[in-house]
Formats: sequence, C-alpha cells, structure tokens
Amino acid sequence: MADLSVNIAGVHFSNPLIAASGTFGFGREYSEFYPLSQIGGISCKGITLKKRDGNPPPRIAETPSGILNAVGLQNPGVDHFIEQDLPWLKQQNTVIIANIAGNTEEEYCQMAEKLSDSDVDMIELNISCPNVKSGGVQFGTSCESVGAITKAVRSYCKKPLIVKLSPNVTDIADIARSAEANGADAISMINTLTGMRIDIDSRRPIIKNNTGGLSGPAVFPVAVRMVWQASNAVKIPIIGMGGISTWHDAVEMLIAGASALQIGTVLFSDPYAPLKIAEGLNDYLDKNNIKSVTELSGTIKPW
Amino acid sequence: MKYDAQSFTLVENKEIAKGIFDWKVKNENLAKISLPGQFAHVSVPGKPLRRPISICDVQGDTLRLVFQVKGEGTEIMSRQTPGAEVDILAPLGNGFKIEKGKRYCFIGGGIGVPPMLYCAKQTENPLVITGFRNKDLVILQEDFKNAGAELYMTTDDGSAGIHGFVTDVLKEKINEADEICACGPLPMLRNVAKLAKNFNKPCYVSLEERMGCGVGACLVCACKVKRNQTEEYLHVCKDGPVFNSEEVVF
Repeated sequence: MADLSVNIAGVHFSNPLIAASGTFGFGREYSEFYPLSQIGGISCKGITLKKRDGNPPPRIAETPSGILNAVGLQNPGVDHFIEQDLPWLKQQNTVIIANIAGNTEEEYCQMAEKLSDSDVDMIELNISCPNVKSGGVQFGTSCESVGAITKAVRSYCKKPLIVKLSPNVTDIADIARSAEANGADAISMINTLTGMRIDIDSRRPIIKNNTGGLSGPAVFPVAVRMVWQASNAVKIPIIGMGGISTWHDAVEMLIAGASALQIGTVLFSDPYAPLKIAEGLNDYLDKNNIKSVTELSGTIKPW
Repeated sequence: MKYDAQSFTLVENKEIAKGIFDWKVKNENLAKISLPGQFAHVSVPGKPLRRPISICDVQGDTLRLVFQVKGEGTEIMSRQTPGAEVDILAPLGNGFKIEKGKRYCFIGGGIGVPPMLYCAKQTENPLVITGFRNKDLVILQEDFKNAGAELYMTTDDGSAGIHGFVTDVLKEKINEADEICACGPLPMLRNVAKLAKNFNKPCYVSLEERMGCGVGACLVCACKVKRNQTEEYLHVCKDGPVFNSEEVVF
C-alpha cells in the first residue's frame, strides 16, 4: 500500500483525488454513494456574493468524448454556503475548498474576506468560468488581469489560495507565473475550453447560452500539455484537471507535473470513478515500487 | 447509501414500433424499489453521459424501459443484445404520488406514454389517454388494456384511433377523474395543465430536460418553477421529474 497523501500549500489531503467544482455540488448527493472521506477533497460548486439563478436550459450537450455545459454559476450565494452547507461539509472528514466567482474585483475580495473567517480549508479563485456575461473568464485571460485579481484577493484571503486558470489563453506559462508572483499558493488547471454545438434541423445551438465549456476525455491531452508547461514555469503546486477518467490518466497527469488532481465530468457516467482511480493509482505505485505518490509528480522525461 | 449504480442483465430487447425499443433488465435489488414516474439513468458504452429513461413497468426483479432512438446514444442502446450487462443508476427522482380511492386520468404523449403504464397498474379502472403522431408510433395499447384501463388513443393525423390530440378526449372525460398525471411533449403538458386548471383538477406533470449527473449535483437539467410567488430554477432529476403543474412555468 503506497502513501497516497499529498500536501498542497500546507493542507493535508488523504489522497490526491479532489472532486472538481461544478460537478459535485456541495457534496450531499455523492455522500449517498460513498463516504466523502474516501476522496481527498471537494472543490465546491462555484459561489457568488449573491444568489444566482444560472442560465436558461438546455445547459448541457454531449460531444465526441466530452460534454459542453453552461450552467452559469447557479448557486445560493456565499452567506447561504457558509451557514447552511459548510457546517455539514466540515463533518465529512475531507478537505473543503470554496470556489469563488465574482462580477467585480470587490466581489471576489468580499467573498475571500467572509470565507477567511469560516471553516473552509482553502479558497479557489475561479477566474475562468466561460459561461457568465460579466466576471468569470474576463479576469483570467491576460497576465495583467490575473496578476491584479490575485493580488487584490490575496490581501483579503487568510486561507491558502488556489488560482484556477483558463485554457482559453495564448501563453499558459506566463499566466501561471503571474498568479504565482502575485501571491497564489497553488494553481488548479484547466477550466473548460469554450465550445459550441448546433442542431442541424433547427439551426440553433443546442445550449441556450449558445456556447459552453468543453470538458471530459476530449480535453485531456490539452490539459496534460498545459499542466506540463505551467509546471515548468512555476514552483507552487499544480492541481491538474481536465478529462481525467481513469487511473492511467491520473498517473499521466501527475507525471506531467501535477501534485494533486481534480475529477469532474467522469462522475456523470461513473459516480465511483474517484475511488476506482485511487485504487488503480495505488496499484501502479506498488507495482513500480514507488512509496509515495509525491515521488511521481513532475517525473516526466521530455525529449 | 441511497444511491447505487449496478449492473442489470438485459433479458429482452424488442422493437415494438418504428425506432421504439422495449428493454427488460433484471436486478433483484433495484427493480423492486422503483416507483411509478421515477427514471433509470442508463450508461451507454463509449458515451460520457448516461441516458435518463423513464420506468415503464416493474415485474418482480425486472425493470421495463421503453425508449425511442433519438441520437447516437439511444441507437447504441437499441443494438444491445440479451445477455448484455447494463450499468444503470436507478431508481432516481420523485415519481407520481398515487393514492388509493382516487380515480386517476393518466395521459401520455409519444415517448411520454411508457411511464403511465406503471402508474396505471397502481389503481383500479384508471382512465388512460394516449396520443401519438401517427399509427406507426403507437405503443403499449394491449398492456394498458390488460391493466384494466378505460383506454383512449389519438393520433395527430388520424391514421389510427381518434383523429386529434389527447386534450380533445380529456375535455370530454375530465369530470370522471379526480386527478390528472401526464407525461409528454411540453406543448401537450401545457394544454393539459390549462384544462386541469379550468376544471379545478389537481394535475401533475413529468418534465424532461437534457441531464448530467442525474442526482442533483451538476445543476444542468434546470426547469423553471414558481414557488411562493418567485420563479426559480429547480432540477428535473432531483426535484422532479414530477411537478405540480400549477408550479411549472411553461
């Protein structure tokens, strides 16, 4: 039995498998499948300062080996999260990460301040949501804006701060450097890639928002490439995500440079995927005589 | 644990009308806890999303799922052969609440007909109105008769049964029912709900929306509902699929 535990910015995870924001709600539904202590952590559904209704349906479309979604950050607001959801989450014996999204810099800062006085273990700065009209990805696509928002939130944030990066950028390494230089304790990547599907009979986009975020196995090679590039650019740990569906994918992402992993879209076809991935990862480590998963991270031998 | 995705054995797969398939799948733990109006979330090999299929009937340890081929996923499902192991997450959602002593009118339109069969089997002498686009798409008529239903069938083009819509029959028969349960296309549900309101009859409708997780975590299958004077997005998979028609913002 290998040691699967990892430490990200001073926070201990019993294993590197974290549920990805937006696919796992606030954990209650999946706790009806297995005890949440079996996964390393939960990145909660993205929350905003005030309650948000989200986008009109349809909000999802299937694509070759992936899905497009445009939920539009439907959530009950940060206060409701702290009062109604967090106390329950804290009893689940797993790391709780609050994912925050704002319309303005001030909103991000206000949320960071409120959550700093709460029991969340970490804060994930969502500057990469492609499905909302203002805020979201507009903060995440230039080095200047990533640096500015990271710096601003850092000054209000007393918890370890993860910055979640968008893949919809020209140079991911520069963006990662900017997050690190302005106070990020870790990076998580990648959020979804903006995509579109059209119904050929009605000639209308399948998703009511017209465009949506692409996730699932289709984006995995893009995610591996970007995690590799970012890990060459920064010293802070990277939480890798984007289409991880099997233990094999998990091993690949760790070798590319990730220190922990988020698992999302695969949950829709297999709710038990994180547990199966943890088991497969352990077998791989045992078979290769690797004592700790931390020894695997970044061991890529590039040509 | 409330949820479990388990392997079901496909024991029968029959095309009962053009492009409409009738699956019988066996799992002794999960079949018998399924309620009328609930759904099964069926995993399709090679596809990132499961397909939500309403439960048509339960016979002992066997679930009956009747679905229409609409795209690649359901096409793959239609080619599965008996003996195949199918990964199904079921039963999900809140079904129709069917009480003893009431006379129900169950209404199904198109591929919304199948879930009304298991509903009809819960009551004595239910009124059942089924509507189809044309004669080639008519399904489950014998099953409803065997369930003891007073059965009506309409087609949009008059190629079988009564020429017209389910609401044409409902108008005539609505006073014989205490409560209405319906599943079908949105325009049909809207008109059924309108009639029910005019005649002051309680009415419950089963909604459909493109779905992700099936358990209420991913929030994609949103439907607009009015509660306490405010409109909000609830979710078909967890809050539904059955809603009081007065709450639904059509």
